[in-house]
Amino acid sequence: MEKTHILSILVENEAGVLTRVAGLFSARGFNIDSICVAKTLEKNESKMIITTSGDTQILEQITKQLNRLINVIKVQELTDEDSVVRQTVLIKVNADETTKSDIVRIKDIFGGRIIDISRNSYTVEATGSEKKIESLIDILRPLGIKDIVMTGAIAIQRARRPS
Amino acid sequence: MKPGNGKEIMTGSKIILESLIKEGVDTIFGYPGGAVLNIYDELFNYKDKIKHVLVRHEQGAAHAADGYARASGKVGVVLVTSGPGATNTITGIATAYMDSVPIVILTGQVPTNLIGNDAFQEADTVGITRPCTKHNYLVKDIKDLARTIKEAFYIASTGRPGPVLIDIPKDITSSVYEFDYPEAVELRGYNPTYFGHHVQLSKVVKELLNAKRPLLYIGGGVIISNASAELKELAELLDLPVTSTLMGLGGFPSEHSLFFGMLGMHGTYAANMAISNADFIIAIGARFDDRVTGKVEEFGRNAKFAHIDIDPSSIGKNVKIEIPVVGDVKSVLNSLLEMLSAKSKEISSTQYDRLKWLEEINIWKYEHPLSYKMNDVIKPQYVIEKIYELTGGSAIISTEVGQNQMWTAQFYKFNSPRTFLTSGGLGTMGYGFPAAIGAQIACPDKVVFDIAGDGSIQMNIQELATAVQYNLPVKIAIVNNNFLGMIRQWQELFYKKRYSFSEMNVNPDFVKLAEAYGAVGLRATRPDEVEGVLKKALSIKKPVIMDFVVAPEESVYPMVAPGAPITGMLLV
Repeated sequence: MEKTHILSILVENEAGVLTRVAGLFSARGFNIDSICVAKTLEKNESKMIITTSGDTQILEQITKQLNRLINVIKVQELTDEDSVVRQTVLIKVNADETTKSDIVRIKDIFGGRIIDISRNSYTVEATGSEKKIESLIDILRPLGIKDIVMTGAIAIQRARRPS
Repeated sequence: MKPGNGKEIMTGSKIILESLIKEGVDTIFGYPGGAVLNIYDELFNYKDKIKHVLVRHEQGAAHAADGYARASGKVGVVLVTSGPGATNTITGIATAYMDSVPIVILTGQVPTNLIGNDAFQEADTVGITRPCTKHNYLVKDIKDLARTIKEAFYIASTGRPGPVLIDIPKDITSSVYEFDYPEAVELRGYNPTYFGHHVQLSKVVKELLNAKRPLLYIGGGVIISNASAELKELAELLDLPVTSTLMGLGGFPSEHSLFFGMLGMHGTYAANMAISNADFIIAIGARFDDRVTGKVEEFGRNAKFAHIDIDPSSIGKNVKIEIPVVGDVKSVLNSLLEMLSAKSKEISSTQYDRLKWLEEINIWKYEHPLSYKMNDVIKPQYVIEKIYELTGGSAIISTEVGQNQMWTAQFYKFNSPRTFLTSGGLGTMGYGFPAAIGAQIACPDKVVFDIAGDGSIQMNIQELATAVQYNLPVKIAIVNNNFLGMIRQWQELFYKKRYSFSEMNVNPDFVKLAEAYGAVGLRATRPDEVEGVLKKALSIKKPVIMDFVVAPEESVYPMVAPGAPITGMLLV
């Protein structure tokens, strides 16, 4: 069954490693829905979070193929149950005297912030799950979204709770 | 010059050559150019230690290094310049990648300060070769040079082998640094699994002893891991029938009573029937290529599968595998043999079923053996049978790609590993001749043949000058049908005989061509001339081209139409 998967990929922080990973996905016909790359606490490591889709057999192939890359240290699938997933969105929305208070109210409900103001627009920043971001967009859309920028998902494994 | 730590200071060029010597390299296939001139200048000082083979086209260098590696088991080394030098090797690199051949390619690059500048003879070599190498490097700092070479050889030759490319800017080859060759490599992301997991191994043993119709389906992994002896022992211990992929030929003796030939699109009737009727198939160092499986859903439709492979990504890629075993073929087979050594009672009590199954396969073999019809024109299959006969099966045979390749796989009996060199995965026309050159250099005492078509031999014919220059007595047997034979065959079968651009309306006179290069040219036009031409060629210690004018519209049978189940064979 086609499903979204989040892969956490620990790589050596070397020139070209992003191309190697991205190239592998395109060469083998796998999808990248989103990708986030940044350094870790270790100087020579980076962490990539890739959102991809496919059935379990495809996911297995992706994981195995990634592991073939010399610069890939570890590949882990993060599931909804055992990890926390977040995206951040910046939305520039039309704001006039009649809607300004609505925008402020909406961003409060979503735990967001206003990070830029002009005479006729507010820019809202919000972080959350993909679902939450989507509903924020849905609610702001009727007001007129002028611009929108979104990060891909980042995810971290939950700490084990004592049982 | 030595600094305080006693390590010698040398140029990048010298570091490269000293590193190669540390890796045991004594032969390089190469072609000079601007970006590698420093290395070539230093190489002049190493003439006694490293033999440099000057090819006539960089593609030839890559294939020759590949042939050298396949025939010897050592890593083949290529040295070419930047830009076109590097891009010309791509086909050879991709060929080696698909067939898991260990080669290291050293390419020159423009100086570091010009990289990205569209400089003269600049190409993004690392970018271009990323998808067709096991790994590649751009050396931007001379401090990394020796370590990079160490890693490259290690990666190329371990795990599932493959080509590794090192791109070296010209300024790195002229700057100086201390030479300190590392003893070991540290690669966090690269740890091939060599030993099979014991739980999986015991499942294989159990299933093997339960099976009434077991079958071994072997591939190139058997040869790469030097596991022929272990394989033979296992097959003989349990009377297991063996079928092989193109890449596995030679991994098990073709004349053995347990061998039933190649499987797949041009496989034998017995092999393809055995696959479809087996109840337990162990794939050993094979990867379920589409030319092997045919319609993949029907492949081994009555069987459970075990799959032994060092590359986990090969397992379960195309066919569902009940018992995956990740590991080196040789060590896994050794473990299986050890576990089976305690089971002699079970082995003998279950033998009856296996012998009955063998008999069944032998009937298929008897019903539809490989065959062809003789008449007054030369049949290509006959030429190949004669080559086998006259060399006693002891030659190293390379092929090009197409009908010449399939007939060789069918009619030459490969009895030992590393004697059959062919481009299986990529299917590279033009591979065979330079590969034969590499093999002849690796094995100077062996008879080396390239079995070629009139189309494919022309794809790297320029290497005839290389063979003559180094006095390599490679024998080129052209089965000349004035067609791109396999294309013609498909057009005959699937395109209503519309021979669209597959006829070679103009071919050179191959005899005169050989003579022009300083080689020997011979021709046979009638069946009774074949043996004489071959005998004469074998007696000449020079490169020889034999032009066998064969039946123009002969086809390779059996044949399975692409995408059809492999039981759906068109027979002779």
